[in-house]
Amino acid sequence: MTHMLKTTSLASVLALTASMAVAQQTDLTIGLQLEPPHLDPTSAAAGAIDSVLYANVFEGLTRFGPDGSVGPGLATSWEISEDGLTYTFTLAEGVKFHDGTTFDAEDVKFSLDRARAEDSANAQKALFAGISEVTVVDPQTVEVTLSAPDGNFLFNLAWGDAVIVAPESIENIKTTPIGTGAFMFDNWVQGDRIDLVRNEEYWGAPAYLDSATFKFISDPTAAFAAMMAEDLDAFYAFPAPENLPQFDADPRFKVIVGSTEGETILAMNNKMPPFDDVRVREAVAHAINRQEIIDGALFGYGSPIGTHFAPHHPDYVDLTDISDYDPEKSKALLEEAGIETPIQVKMTLPPPSYARRGGEIIAAQLRQVGIEPQIENVEWAQWLETTFRGKDYGLTIVSHTEPLDINIYARPDYYFQYDNPDFQALMEKVAVESDPEARSEMFKTAQTTIAEDYVNAYLMQLPLLTVAKTGLMGLWPNAPTQATDLTGVTWEE
Amino acid sequence: MSDPRTDTLPPSGAPVRLWHLAFRSRNLVIGLALTLVFVIGALLSFLWTPYDITGLDIANKIKPPSARNLLGTDHFGRDILSMIMVGARTSIAVAVVAVGIGMVFGVPLGLWAAARKGSLLDEVIMRANDLVFAFPSLLIAILITAIFGPSAVNAIIAIGIFNIPVFARLTRSGALSLWQRDFILAARVAGKNSARISVEHILPNVTNLLIVQGTIQFSLGILAEAGLSYVGLGAQPPTPSWGRMLAESQTMISFAPHMALFPGLAILLTVLGLNLMGDGLRDLFDPKLQRSRT
Repeated sequence: MTHMLKTTSLASVLALTASMAVAQQTDLTIGLQLEPPHLDPTSAAAGAIDSVLYANVFEGLTRFGPDGSVGPGLATSWEISEDGLTYTFTLAEGVKFHDGTTFDAEDVKFSLDRARAEDSANAQKALFAGISEVTVVDPQTVEVTLSAPDGNFLFNLAWGDAVIVAPESIENIKTTPIGTGAFMFDNWVQGDRIDLVRNEEYWGAPAYLDSATFKFISDPTAAFAAMMAEDLDAFYAFPAPENLPQFDADPRFKVIVGSTEGETILAMNNKMPPFDDVRVREAVAHAINRQEIIDGALFGYGSPIGTHFAPHHPDYVDLTDISDYDPEKSKALLEEAGIETPIQVKMTLPPPSYARRGGEIIAAQLRQVGIEPQIENVEWAQWLETTFRGKDYGLTIVSHTEPLDINIYARPDYYFQYDNPDFQALMEKVAVESDPEARSEMFKTAQTTIAEDYVNAYLMQLPLLTVAKTGLMGLWPNAPTQATDLTGVTWEE
Repeated sequence: MSDPRTDTLPPSGAPVRLWHLAFRSRNLVIGLALTLVFVIGALLSFLWTPYDITGLDIANKIKPPSARNLLGTDHFGRDILSMIMVGARTSIAVAVVAVGIGMVFGVPLGLWAAARKGSLLDEVIMRANDLVFAFPSLLIAILITAIFGPSAVNAIIAIGIFNIPVFARLTRSGALSLWQRDFILAARVAGKNSARISVEHILPNVTNLLIVQGTIQFSLGILAEAGLSYVGLGAQPPTPSWGRMLAESQTMISFAPHMALFPGLAILLTVLGLNLMGDGLRDLFDPKLQRSRT
């Protein structure tokens, strides 16, 4: 009797699993490497916050598309005045925040004023620096006045730091984010996962997925195991490129190779001898064999860059020839600069494998020309403290993942300490230029300037490597901004 | 019984018997052989390695063992056999110095405490030792290297500090029983002060204990160095280290197991060798124990 009972229950369990397997999957578990420190994208620099919430939970007036273009978000249309100073946004109708409160022009004014306020904790306050006034015309219309024309203004508003939040829910935003997006925040198990559920009252096209879970797995080995065990349906920005051929060969999975905005550079401390001499910086640049770094550190994924600009950007100029691999030239330059080789320099390396592995390869390459980097592996917090803020380093490797961030070279106190007044003037000009042709020319000049000044050694554009189950459709192949937009993600029938 | 040396060491003038005994002890022979392999490998690496490990050869990365590279190549195309040979240098150097630190500070402290048994000094020394013992050693080592920066030198200091109480305790307990002996009384009567007695009579008689314990601590030192390097706090690249080789091969273990296997085996065999050697030495130095075993 017991035996029979067991058999029946086993059979029913089997039947149940079978029927579940047949049913179309409507949820998604996706892996990310970094967990957000909190959940307010408007008050922290951590890209991990945007990775979970951008476009899913929070929306801005404009938004980035998968190709990096800027399109309408909560503002369905806008008008720009003749002088380029006044932007009039028409807002989407029938929009509600997840807590049921209505979205209107007041929320826009609140969000923008909060972001640009004196005491604002926004990590990208520069995005809003040009705003002189935000006026509510009527609940569906808002007018933003700039102090000077800004060709980048709509682009700025698309950033995750510029999403619209509500005064009613701002207090607990760090633990309970309330936005207008197609997904609602459900639950956050710290150290493990964040659950989102579909917003049934979404104003736009509803999401296909019922629910989505972001799992945070920082260890590449654990990420690999979790994917292989099918605990995850996808892993966005998979940290170990060496494992991708295995996923590629496995019919259960597919590998999506895209591009990020991450210009990966060997940064040099431009104020620290011997790197204050442009000939030494040039020598470093010529000592580096980019293809070897791409093959060795990224297992062949990633494309070489010759300046601080994304190769997929229409204004990109290929300047890799200015700093081609030529160790003999490096030696000659060092001799010309009167440098006694070998010289010892401190090289700090943050945790990602592109930096750790790339650093070892670069160190070996630099040793060939008489520069002896002393490698110091550091954690992120330590890197930010001593290298980025403290500027106590000679060389370091890092990927700059913000879109269109060449203007960091106009900040003389930035960690690589490049101080070129001409370049700063150029960046000021490009900031107020709204003619696309002229902007494009200026960006090209800027790229050439920093390449010819050998500010840093430009290595490669970081690839975006995503592993997903074969049936999963609609993930962004590229990362024009830090985001994991799930609103268009579906399972193949 | 009057000559304390007969208790512990075979009678002098009997080196043949010593060798005979040593070869009867399988542990000692195997342990010694394993240890020698690595010591010779490390010494040889100063003069010659199959390949140069400072240059990278990306085109030849992750090659399985072959006639060209006996143990294969790593993710930078470096020869793993050469890496293990040079890595042995790092491991042995760290362990030797760490054990050295432990002995140099621990043994005098132990002798001193034993000589003043029951005094305040004894209490202070031994409680300080307890304090160091009370902390998990690897955690403190991580703390030390995290504060002072990761490097082989800091790893040595961190591991060395935890060897001090081990040797201090061992020396003290060994010395305490000796202080009860008649020949110490004789030395006292002869007018020697306790410092001189400690050095001239106590120390030679605890040497055997120290050698055995030193061997064990040596293997623990190698393990600790591998552990610290594994978490990135030991020797920094490009200095090869077994622990870091393991850490770096971790994500590639599913398609290049040789990258993790060989440094792993190197750690295993060295530690095993040292432990067997320690066991064998103890048997050799302490015939009583051996008799009771067989």
